[in-house]
Amino acid sequence: MAAPLTLLLLVAVTIRAALFRSSLSELIAERVEVVSPLTAWKRVIEGLALLDLGVSPYSGDVFHETPLIIYLFHFVVDYAEITFMLADVITAVALYLAVKDYNKQVFRKQKFALEADRYPLDCLELIRSPKEMYYIPLKVAMFYLLNPFTILSCVAKSTCGLNNAVIALFILSTIKGNVLLSAIFLSLATYQSIYPLTLCAPALLYLMQRQYIPVNFRRASFWWFIVQYAFMYLGSLFVIICLSFFLLGSWDYLPSVYGFILSVPDLTPNIGLFWYFFAEMFEHFRLFFLCVFQINVFFYTIPLSIKLKEHPVFLIFMQLAVISIFKSYPTVGDIALYLAFLPVWSHLHRFLRNIFLVSCVLLACSALFPVLWHLWIYAGSANSNFYYAITLLFNVAQILLVSDYFYAFLRREHHLTYGLYLKRKDGSEATLVLK
Amino acid sequence: MGLLSDPNRRRALISLLTRLNTPICLVCYMAGVAWFMGLAFEPFTLRTYMSENAMGSTMVEERFPAGERALATGREFAAHKKKVGGMPVDWLVKTMQARGLEVFTQSFSRTLPFPDENKERYMVKGTNVYGILRAPRAPRTEALVLSAPCSPGDNNQAVGLLLGLAQYFRNQIYWAKDIIFLVNEHDLIGMQAWLEGYHHTNTTGMDWSPLQGRGGSIQAALSLELSSDVITSLDLVLEGLNGQLPNLDLANLFYAFCQKIGVLCTIQGKLQRNDWDSVSGYSHAVQTMMLMVMKQASGRPWGDHGLFLRYHIEAATIKGINSFRQYKTDATTIGRLLEGMYRKLNNLLERLHQSYFFYLMPSLSHFVSIGYYMPAFGLLTVILLLRALDLWVQLTHIFTGRYLSIYSACIGNSPLLIKYVSSQQSSPGVLSVLTPLVISHLTGVALYTLPIRFQEMAVEHFPVSETEAVVLTAIAVYTAGLALPHNTHRFLSGEGTEQGWRVLKLVAVLYLAVLLGCTALINFSLGFILALTLVPVAAFVTPHIPKVLSAFILVILSPACTLLFSVFFFQELQEMPVSFQDGWLLYLSVISQGILDHFLYGSLVYPLIALLVYPCWLLFWNILFWK
Repeated sequence: MAAPLTLLLLVAVTIRAALFRSSLSELIAERVEVVSPLTAWKRVIEGLALLDLGVSPYSGDVFHETPLIIYLFHFVVDYAEITFMLADVITAVALYLAVKDYNKQVFRKQKFALEADRYPLDCLELIRSPKEMYYIPLKVAMFYLLNPFTILSCVAKSTCGLNNAVIALFILSTIKGNVLLSAIFLSLATYQSIYPLTLCAPALLYLMQRQYIPVNFRRASFWWFIVQYAFMYLGSLFVIICLSFFLLGSWDYLPSVYGFILSVPDLTPNIGLFWYFFAEMFEHFRLFFLCVFQINVFFYTIPLSIKLKEHPVFLIFMQLAVISIFKSYPTVGDIALYLAFLPVWSHLHRFLRNIFLVSCVLLACSALFPVLWHLWIYAGSANSNFYYAITLLFNVAQILLVSDYFYAFLRREHHLTYGLYLKRKDGSEATLVLK
Repeated sequence: MGLLSDPNRRRALISLLTRLNTPICLVCYMAGVAWFMGLAFEPFTLRTYMSENAMGSTMVEERFPAGERALATGREFAAHKKKVGGMPVDWLVKTMQARGLEVFTQSFSRTLPFPDENKERYMVKGTNVYGILRAPRAPRTEALVLSAPCSPGDNNQAVGLLLGLAQYFRNQIYWAKDIIFLVNEHDLIGMQAWLEGYHHTNTTGMDWSPLQGRGGSIQAALSLELSSDVITSLDLVLEGLNGQLPNLDLANLFYAFCQKIGVLCTIQGKLQRNDWDSVSGYSHAVQTMMLMVMKQASGRPWGDHGLFLRYHIEAATIKGINSFRQYKTDATTIGRLLEGMYRKLNNLLERLHQSYFFYLMPSLSHFVSIGYYMPAFGLLTVILLLRALDLWVQLTHIFTGRYLSIYSACIGNSPLLIKYVSSQQSSPGVLSVLTPLVISHLTGVALYTLPIRFQEMAVEHFPVSETEAVVLTAIAVYTAGLALPHNTHRFLSGEGTEQGWRVLKLVAVLYLAVLLGCTALINFSLGFILALTLVPVAAFVTPHIPKVLSAFILVILSPACTLLFSVFFFQELQEMPVSFQDGWLLYLSVISQGILDHFLYGSLVYPLIALLVYPCWLLFWNILFWK
């Protein structure tokens, strides 16, 4: 399996290197779909220039990345292209290894269940075979590396690629069962963009499942594990934050990075839902709706964790999707990360209902973004409503996609417990209806 | 949401859509065409009205008196032009300075990628002369442009009138915007050089000297074309580069002043008629609208104003037409009309943005907005989506059918059967879909690059001129593309399977839908014409229909033949029918003009057709010959 992966990496790096050399890269780096005020490379350059002049990079309200990123690029700015390609490669390899490990566990679990005759007889066709699972890790790496969204994001040198790498490493260390590394990478991801904080729920559930600690509020072992994890997480977060403080010598970055993420002062159009809404709103409602919108991102953690208690990896996928849809400055790079997980759930395809519709809409929207942008900004004949309409459609399609996968996952679990061909009480064939 | 989650209702709907797919598609096509033809019917259209308040109620007086003197200046200009044998730069500079303008010149040069046989030019060198009338009443942050092209034969009266207006405007005190009087040489090339110089951009690699003087940001521009001392009517030209149109308020302004002053006005050279309820009146409106659609679809600027639109400047060309009518209008009246329009534009407080940017005009007093014409296009695209849905359902049936057979095999526990089923299970490889996609796009790239690359070689080896070489190479690559790709997938992936072509067709149909949708948003007319011909192809093509007949239909409906028919149809609409021989020559020159437009001004039609539409059509060609 190493040979195809190496080949894939080579192809991916070649594509990126070719695009870096072409005239397209400047065009891509300007696209609002690909870079946000947080992740734009132009702004990182500005921050670096300020840093070199001995001024705080956060003065001037242009640069909003974290201090660690700017110190990273302080040393490797000449090798920025290689850094971004490397970040993509790290993400892909980490996802590859993580999924490989996860698949092994899934298969082992399935074997135990089969041996224990826990599945109903007519569910044989739902059983996953090792043959079809064999290529899934490679497909995951391929979905990430060859996804046009990832390529665009990498060619634009959007720092989103680095965030994705951190999150992928977090997923890898969680699935490998390394509590300390998991906590450290999670705190690093939180430090980068706050929202990955919600990933702590699936991480805890997964690690506890692995160590056979029951999720029970009355057990001491449960609380003890949470305290351990929280200590590691908060400790590393504390270290990182203090490190940033000592690097810069000021707390400037806290309002400039986290305040910027949470209070959304920059309303540059992007593929998210915030900009238009807050541009149109009366000023005195702003705080209220800001709270509503931000709580919305975090809120799904609770119901999803309760429902998917037994399936933390699927919960990670759901959380990543929710974050990338509802975060304040989303880019296509965020979407690429959760899209990479789709091959892992390829066994759910027979239960998906709207996949055709949704993929058509996603495809059409991706093509329409630049067209409507051109009509709005350059030709001046369309206006922001046109662009926002497409943004809205794009996000609705994403939500439908995610909820479709959620439904399909739950339905498969239901069938695994109750049999595939459900009968009503009177013996006629029953259908499942989601209402 | 009930429809998205309730399985029973979904199943009913999908079975309805797949069972009645063909009739629904036919009905949609008919309805789309009927809707489009209905757009020209007057009761279905809206009357034009002035949306911009600053130009609405404030009436202005027009007092321009000096028409005769302007014509005399025009004659003087003609004499100097003849003497110099081109643009009389020195005389123009002197005359403009005498009228109290700040005068500047800009020289430019451009070598065309291949000789332009229509206008007989290859290495173009020229000079633009422009004078700025500084606004006495405001801080000079905004400007208006009045331009007249200096062409070899005619248009002297336009330059004369421009100078006369400059002299008259100079004496008025109410100007709040700079007015730039521009005389550009070599029509669009000069205009391109001037606009690029004004906005500090260089998109097409032209050489020009930087502008020495500049006004504020340009709000609106008019280009004037007059070739006789008296005229019978004024024609308004709106279509610009890539089918962009100026704000409808500019057309409204022109129409309002023509009504006020009593000048006959036309659009597409067609007068307004009042008998909309008669057949001939309706067909007149259809003709006018179709002419607009054809011109817009061509994507080329139909007057010197066309390039302004790219810089977000509302612009139009006003053409004087002298026909055999009794009723004549003199230069003074045209001058008054222009004075009135400029005074109203001078009153603008912000850019023209209130009215529509997407419209079609069946007559000058009526328009069809985007909300009315888009359903016609939507009905055509729905066909593609329905076909895609049908293919998707067929494909899923094939796959679930397999699942069931595997399931029964597992139940029966016969190892032989399992082996047999799993050997059947190989789904269509990625290669069988990817190969045609890549090959057809490579053919498209060849169509885009080879004609210009190989012109020298072609001229050496064949007895043709450079222009002919370019056009004939394009046609040759296009035809070669038909022979090339449809057998290649077999070498790479073995025999094509039944699902293979279905998957390929699904991809092609969705590709076409997205492509046409994007095109129609930027240039509705082009998108609609392409949809009209390509949608039937996409809908009916399968490998199982009679090969010869359907190949013939496919070729007839291909983009190149669409262009050929459009040329004849356009001539027919202009009431200048041509014989087949002349039509063919015209077709060749249209292709060369299209390629030139792309390289000179950055028109997008040629790359769109070559790089996207043609490869997409090749995919359908590929499906027809799937084995």
